[in-house]
Amino acid sequence: MADNASDRRDPPPAIALCDLHKSFGAASIIRGVTLDIARAERHAIIGPNGAGKSTLFNLISGCESPTSGSICLYGEDVTGLAPHVINRRGLARSFQVTNVFSQLSVFENVRCAALWSLGCRYSCWRNVAGLRDANEHAERVLEQIRLTPRRDVQAGVLTYAELRALEIGMTIAGRARVILLDEPTAGMSRDEASAAVDLIKSVSRDRTLLMVEHDMGVVFDLADRISVLVHGAILATDTPANIRANEAVQSAYLGGANA
Amino acid sequence: MSCAGPPREANLAPAARGPRSAFAWPVRHRGWLAAFAALAVLPLVPGLDSDFVRSVLTQMAIAAVFALSYNVLFGQTGLLSFGHAVYYGLGGYAAIHLMRAINHGLALPMPLVPFAGALAGIAFGALFGALTTRRAGTIFALITLGIGELVYSAAFIVPSLFGGEEGITASRTLGPALFGIGLASQIAVYYVVAAWAFVAALSMRAFTTTPVGRMCNAVRDNPQRAAFVGYDPRVVRLIACCVAGLFAGLAGGLHAINYEIVSADSVGALRSGSVLLMTCIGGAGQFAGPVLGAVVLTWLEASLSGYTSAWLLYLGIFLMIVVVFAPRGLAGLIAMHAPLARTPAFGRVLLAYAVAAAPAAVTVVGLVTVIEMSYRVSTQPELGTKMRIAGVAVDAASPVSWIAGVIVAAAGFAAFRRTRRIVASAWTLAEQQRPAARATPS
Repeated sequence: MADNASDRRDPPPAIALCDLHKSFGAASIIRGVTLDIARAERHAIIGPNGAGKSTLFNLISGCESPTSGSICLYGEDVTGLAPHVINRRGLARSFQVTNVFSQLSVFENVRCAALWSLGCRYSCWRNVAGLRDANEHAERVLEQIRLTPRRDVQAGVLTYAELRALEIGMTIAGRARVILLDEPTAGMSRDEASAAVDLIKSVSRDRTLLMVEHDMGVVFDLADRISVLVHGAILATDTPANIRANEAVQSAYLGGANA
Repeated sequence: MSCAGPPREANLAPAARGPRSAFAWPVRHRGWLAAFAALAVLPLVPGLDSDFVRSVLTQMAIAAVFALSYNVLFGQTGLLSFGHAVYYGLGGYAAIHLMRAINHGLALPMPLVPFAGALAGIAFGALFGALTTRRAGTIFALITLGIGELVYSAAFIVPSLFGGEEGITASRTLGPALFGIGLASQIAVYYVVAAWAFVAALSMRAFTTTPVGRMCNAVRDNPQRAAFVGYDPRVVRLIACCVAGLFAGLAGGLHAINYEIVSADSVGALRSGSVLLMTCIGGAGQFAGPVLGAVVLTWLEASLSGYTSAWLLYLGIFLMIVVVFAPRGLAGLIAMHAPLARTPAFGRVLLAYAVAAAPAAVTVVGLVTVIEMSYRVSTQPELGTKMRIAGVAVDAASPVSWIAGVIVAAAGFAAFRRTRRIVASAWTLAEQQRPAARATPS
């Protein structure tokens, strides 16, 4: 069901999950997920609470190692690598619970997120104020996420919607080819959510996007394809129109237990 | 108050794009220029030109480097260490052994000795950092405590290296002079120490503006996110340990030159504790905070210990007051007042402080009377019960003195509490007059 990527055999897909399993003690959370996500695809994962969506994200981004199975990024095996190594291979993620450098300014947050990708590594002898590319890049990202007026504010005092925008800005600042967004519009008002959708559309241009999202309006608006995760396994992967029409999905999720 | 919450290291970036004029450079670096001038002139100012004061100034400069190095870990990277004296002491030992070698004919100018301390500091910083930086928080703090005890006991186990309780001694005068500078006088020692301290402070400031220096802040705030932007939090912490070790070792080397002796005390828990106190009292959130803390604590130690044997008790009370009422330290207090200083109501704030200071002083006099009498009776009965406090003769044998002391303290405190309203209203007024502009990155 999940292998409609056969016509894209080369080049390898952006993300290839192969028979991924994860259990915590006796509880198995992810039970055999196989999924290919093509380059430049916008892919959404939906599913009821407790289906294992966040765990799946944690596995892909390196927060946790899978019990078995493999994860490939552009054909390279990244299974079990540390988060910073996976990030250097071109994958960045945002967090469901906002996760920024709260005592640094908004600008510093974005610049810190860009430093590694600009080749600064662990440099102890350059002054960041003199790093023109880092500063200009950070300013551009700030403009893109519309936080330029809040540039020098401490990140900890931003409003919720601003924090979510910063979260996305930090995710894209490192020029990652693949971005994972964990519920980017959770807790937002209608207007804020639609602004966030526009932002996600603009930042995911030329990138591969994998997102977990609860808001069906956002999902159907953004995604090229949707995977439905139920009890740690993928029930269906298809286009939004087909998912909407899928009866198994209807009973398991859309019309089912979840309100 | 809008400035609640822990502070951050100042953001330098906007200043780099400020207007360029002939005065831009001196204005931007006025703090450093003032520090340079103060370091150069202070020991020559009439009244401060005695050897005793110069020695205290030297100690202040050494303590300032040590406290700044501690803040690389604590304020900048968020690592609470209980064993920072390890680097100071081991740096000191490396330096004193080099001094002995110079005494025995090695051709090296004495003012360069602190290099040896810095090298030892960075080496041990790398070694112990590798052991401790996997985790931050409590686990890091506990391991540093263990390493501190380990090194302290090693100082007694290997007397040939550490000299046990008596320590290792050397002479700073026996050796070739650098450009004709010998280290015979206290003023010469002071200038050597001050020059090293200034360079060390500049270097540590520069470190905060490097990519790794910024990532230290990022790891402090959120190690998980730091990993997701490509930085291994462990490596960042390890680099912070090396930098902190380097400058702590340098401070130890300065200690060796100044005292000509390094003993087990230099690596001990007391010294580790005192550098933590200096940093907290001065304020870990501002770069200059630890310097302020080092200066104030060294001065209190040098001056109070001359007046009273109860000075440690006073020091403890002072610490508690700062930690409870000014959790961001003395530098935090200053930073808190800076935005108000240009408001018209700031005069009222100062006036309110003056009003509050009078009953506070009365409270202190009452408390000091009781504490001094207790100390005299319990620890120095041979000196008799008669004494003078604040110019008033008191007799610890008479109940009147005790009752008077308690009443003065209580009355002073009651009056002091009433002045809080005056201070609060002056503050509110000044806050309202404060320009609405958001925090200018200092």
